[in-house]
Amino acid sequence: MTFEEIKKVLKNKTVGIAGAGGLGSNCAVALARVGIGKLVIADFDVVSESNLNRQYYFYDQVNQKKTTAIRTNILRINPEINVETHDLKLTPANIPTLFADCDVIVEAFDLADQKEMLIETMLTEMPEKFLVVGLGMAGWGMNDTIHCRQVGKMFICGDEISEIAPDLPPIAPRVGIVSNMQANVVVELLLNSFKS
Amino acid sequence: MKIQLNNNQETFPAEKFTVTELLKQKNFTFKMLIVKINGTLVKKAEYDSAEVIDGDEVMVLHLISGG
Repeated sequence: MTFEEIKKVLKNKTVGIAGAGGLGSNCAVALARVGIGKLVIADFDVVSESNLNRQYYFYDQVNQKKTTAIRTNILRINPEINVETHDLKLTPANIPTLFADCDVIVEAFDLADQKEMLIETMLTEMPEKFLVVGLGMAGWGMNDTIHCRQVGKMFICGDEISEIAPDLPPIAPRVGIVSNMQANVVVELLLNSFKS
Repeated sequence: MKIQLNNNQETFPAEKFTVTELLKQKNFTFKMLIVKINGTLVKKAEYDSAEVIDGDEVMVLHLISGG
């Protein structure tokens, strides 16, 4: 497919992104660059200086709501994208409604209990939806441990081992790899579904 | 019984396990888990009652922080 053909398919697609931190902000930007028609992004946090080692924000955006900042950054890259943001904490009660119209949902939380909550909610309430999870990307190096595998409608991207710790922080290179791997799965799913 | 656990065949002397017993047997001590038996999600509240039997396909996904 040429990029024009790809854009034509993707502009009619909607992708949900749960969390706009390291995984979510970078994944959103990659999806914006390829021209996904609509992004539904939920996050309750504000940009802090410590986020700038991996998240797609700028120094002058510190203290801004992440939903506000990510919208600005996406529209600076591609003003055609319909960016729907929700400044709230995702819960089992609001996830099914918020992401109801999404073709694919990206799990982009940082904390394990939140990942568990989202996956459980998705598998229970919306098992027909594709879900792309980011799992294990702390530290640096070890490129060859990062992989992607499918379990039913769920895709797991990451090394599934490296948990964040004070001496193993999440930093730009590996978070960037995993978030872009998630975006890559999304694009693959959306372009394949068009073909079939 | 023989089960497929995370795509590996494993044999246990017991005829069946609850999910809790299986996790203990395997030393899966992570608090945050997703467990599926034959493709169906088992919720945390069901770990003590849901049974794993011969021939089951079990997925235990460890959720770790970072993102």
